[in-house]
Amino acid sequence: MKKVLSLILALVMALSLVACGGNGGSADGEKVVKIGVFEPQSGDNGAGGKQEILGMQYANQETPTVEIGGETYKVELVMADNASSNDKAPTAAQTLISSGVSLVLGSYGSGVSIAAGDTFLAAGVPAIGVTCTNPQVTSDCEAYFRICFLDPFQGTVLANYAKSDLKASKAYCLAKQGDDYSGGLCNYFIKAFGEANCVYEQFPEGTSDYSTYITNAKNQGCDVFFAPVSTEAAAQIIAKADTQALGMPILAGDTWDSNVILEAAKGTDVQVCVTTFYQEGANAAFDSGIKAWINGDSTALANNGGNDELAAVTVMGYDAYYVALEALKMAGSIEPSAVMSVLPNLVYTGVTGEIKFDSIGDAVRDSAVVKSCNTETGKWDFVTVATAG
Amino acid sequence: MLNKKDNKKSFISLISVALFLVLVIVLDQVIKPTDKMSMLLTVLQKGSVYALAAVSMNLLNGFTGLFSLGHAGFMLIGAYTYAIFSIPAAARDTVYQYYDAVVRISFPEVFGNAMGGFGTVLGVTLSVILAGLAAALLAYLIGLPVLRLKSDYLAIATLGFAEIIRAVFQWSKLGPVTNGSNLLKSFTRTSSFRLVVGGKTITLATFVPVLIATVSIIVIVLLVNSTYGRAFKAIRDDEVAAEAMGIGLAKHKMISFVVSSFFAGVSGATMAMVLSIAQASNFKAAMTYEILLMVVLGGIGSITGSIIGSLLFVAASEWWLRGLDSGSFLGINAPTIFRNGFRLVVFSVIIMIVVLFFRKGIMGDRELPDVIAGWKKKLAKKKEVASK
Amino acid sequence: MNVMHTVLPYIISGISVGGQYALIAIGYTMVYGILRLINFAHGDVFMVAGLMMVYMAASMPLYIAIPLMIVLTVLLGFAIERVAYKPLRTAPRMSVMISAIGVSYLLQNLALYITGGLNKNYPTIPWISDRITVLGMETTRVTVITPFLTIALVIALVLLINHTKIGMAMRAVSVDFDTAQLMGIKINNVISATFIIGTFLAAIGSMLFFTSFPGIVPTSGGMPGLKAFVAAVFGGIGSIPGAVIGAFIIGICESIIKGLDTILIVSGSITDQIGFATFSDAFTFILLIVILVFKPTGLFGEKTTDKV
Repeated sequence: MKKVLSLILALVMALSLVACGGNGGSADGEKVVKIGVFEPQSGDNGAGGKQEILGMQYANQETPTVEIGGETYKVELVMADNASSNDKAPTAAQTLISSGVSLVLGSYGSGVSIAAGDTFLAAGVPAIGVTCTNPQVTSDCEAYFRICFLDPFQGTVLANYAKSDLKASKAYCLAKQGDDYSGGLCNYFIKAFGEANCVYEQFPEGTSDYSTYITNAKNQGCDVFFAPVSTEAAAQIIAKADTQALGMPILAGDTWDSNVILEAAKGTDVQVCVTTFYQEGANAAFDSGIKAWINGDSTALANNGGNDELAAVTVMGYDAYYVALEALKMAGSIEPSAVMSVLPNLVYTGVTGEIKFDSIGDAVRDSAVVKSCNTETGKWDFVTVATAG
Repeated sequence: MLNKKDNKKSFISLISVALFLVLVIVLDQVIKPTDKMSMLLTVLQKGSVYALAAVSMNLLNGFTGLFSLGHAGFMLIGAYTYAIFSIPAAARDTVYQYYDAVVRISFPEVFGNAMGGFGTVLGVTLSVILAGLAAALLAYLIGLPVLRLKSDYLAIATLGFAEIIRAVFQWSKLGPVTNGSNLLKSFTRTSSFRLVVGGKTITLATFVPVLIATVSIIVIVLLVNSTYGRAFKAIRDDEVAAEAMGIGLAKHKMISFVVSSFFAGVSGATMAMVLSIAQASNFKAAMTYEILLMVVLGGIGSITGSIIGSLLFVAASEWWLRGLDSGSFLGINAPTIFRNGFRLVVFSVIIMIVVLFFRKGIMGDRELPDVIAGWKKKLAKKKEVASK
Repeated sequence: MNVMHTVLPYIISGISVGGQYALIAIGYTMVYGILRLINFAHGDVFMVAGLMMVYMAASMPLYIAIPLMIVLTVLLGFAIERVAYKPLRTAPRMSVMISAIGVSYLLQNLALYITGGLNKNYPTIPWISDRITVLGMETTRVTVITPFLTIALVIALVLLINHTKIGMAMRAVSVDFDTAQLMGIKINNVISATFIIGTFLAAIGSMLFFTSFPGIVPTSGGMPGLKAFVAAVFGGIGSIPGAVIGAFIIGICESIIKGLDTILIVSGSITDQIGFATFSDAFTFILLIVILVFKPTGLFGEKTTDKV
């Protein structure tokens, strides 16, 4: 046993040396600025997180350097996987902070961002949320900013759309237990739609059987099915809606703007509508550029789910990268505190529109794109641009 | 004679523990969160949470021979109790965003307002103790029916109870108390422990969890070395014989179960402090399995073993083996092999090797001071041989 | 009539899930009957069977992929027993159980590594995943087939155990491990046979389960595995009919609990959601604890006596 002990101790020593000595600065003396990518790459939101990262990676290879305080810095993206899990999030955030990032982008999914907020705040590293729409991400954390719209806005837009365009009178709302994104969005949807006309249910983590929820919606005589859940669950809900003849439109938020949904809905008779940030075709040059890149890179293609259909989160990731570069330029320094202090005054116009932050750190955005899935072609059809009013 | 030797040993142990605590305070000041070495602090913080959890599980599984798999459930109760009673009034409504919170008292805040810094410490201590008591109370209630069961039935029943506890805490009807299945946050966390001495801030973010774990583990050690501890071991070794010797089986099993759960609750509270969040969905059976594997790694029936096992487990999974997930490890660059999840594969293979071939774990059922004493003896012998 | 129309879909889907749990539960109950071991890895073997199908169906036609998947799963079950449980035959029971938990941890992490932690979609197996209408209710064919297939397999298994030599050996070993060994029964062969049968049924079960619920993640096996084990305990561990009946009861109860809010609202008993669905998993464990406290040997279990 003693031998084992000494062996293990030796291993520990060796490993700690590696851990300390590893990843030193760039060899050729070139200056490097690190941007943290705080995204889920596994778990429920793994697929969505990967699509968001794609946008950042594309932007990074398009603009790999940045001018900070008169010097050219190479931009390095440092990834950390928060595994879509609130308890892994603080450690993933700490990993990024300890690798010396100047600011952090992400995450897809609001819960992990809320969970990691304190860690970023304690270290004084600013974070820019890309598609986390729950109000609490920024309202409780001074270090968090975000470039997307918020759930109160999105929930209201969806409820208005359900009432006036889909002529729905009773809504079935489905969220995942303990998930701040779907739970928050359902909550604001219900507020706008009218609590008396909504049936609200939550499914526990690890659910595989969604057929009961479809049955519940049918039995309670609902006429719209609101399920802003992860894309993994979405694919199965759509499949079940098809086999069980749901007979009412399915409505969801920005996460569903993904090719996973298109594939699941293609060839079925399920009607799917989503609100999102970007409509493909709004910026033709950008679209063709990123599609060429995705098709030319097998890993990128796999991460995008095997085809070049753009997800809105990818476009948001792209814009987020440029917002980060803009902030670094304005700060004139790679110090996190300097970057944090310039963010409130930043204005940048990206492919998804103008981005600037209000006093809480939220993006000033007042419109969302409504799209519906064309089940024959497997593409999104543009429906309308909705505002909260 | 023997007693004197033992006294000397415990004296040395206490001194080294005190030195370690001082070292932790120093590390807390020297290492900034943006440093590379800050992972060391993360490991110490999380490690102390798991060390306490592992030691308390060992008390039950290793010293009393009760194979219980309900640890995650008791940690959940601890984490929630601590969190609920430590959220400051101002943050209460934002945390309970969908419910009207019922519990509106925050011990750290109340005492802090009345007595200043000392009051905050008192409040936190109170919340932590309450967390342990809540877990212990529930353990008592669960123990009444469950402790009569034998080995694997006990394991599966406690596992079941942990799942039931998790579901109850996620139930939306209890939302005003537990915030439903949503996150609890904004409570007093490790990064809020700072002292301001003469204009200088002293952070105690790592010191506090380490201190809580140390004090708790010392209490467990004292219990194990008492008559109760000897009764536990007797039950583990042979229930029938122990009963024949006049040891009350039901009573001692219950004491072990309740005490173990108390400290599981404390470690849950510490975990909430360290992670700065608490959410029921994190306390799954997988967490119990991980703690069990830490105990096995360190050696079932050895307290120092459990501590070493959990520190190694946390350090390896959070820090040293990270490279296995991100492309390059030990200077080898192979992104196709070293991708997401490889670390856990390597890790579980190591654990399987330990389980199959080194069944006693790192320490067996011995403690570190004994092992060191053994080394000294051997060294002395070698010297003797050499001098001859 | 209206209530019946409301409840029927839950019962039908419950029976189907119950049949799938039953196929997993048999593996637990047989292994426990012989080795007194809760094979925690069984649920993960079930998950791995699903994943293998995902990867193989992508590269070969289904009529090769399905039998190959079954063979590989059986080999996996056999290998796990030989590598992780056989060396510990004389060790305390706790060590074997820890080893089982270790294997489960390893399989889940391997799956995490191979899938990259992403959800994998189970291939569509034609015919059984077709959409049909039963009693005025839309569903897939697999829902209807599962209970019948399960019962057919169980009858075959009971015949095997009661009328073949290996079946007799299995019964002998489960009654008295040491005596059976003294009587010249090759214990290791019997144990391997048990694992082979158990994993074979789990492989079939995984095909039915994942056709119904096509998303696979590394933890997919955990919950169905635990529920199947509870079913085995509920029916009386060691008893095959007991495990099957236990599984059907659990499947139906679980499905009804998920829809209980709706059933009660539609029937007019309550007006607001209560949130029973939260307890759909926990209910299984409540059932377990009730049975353990009041009838520890389960519905059909034999009484055991403690030997000193």
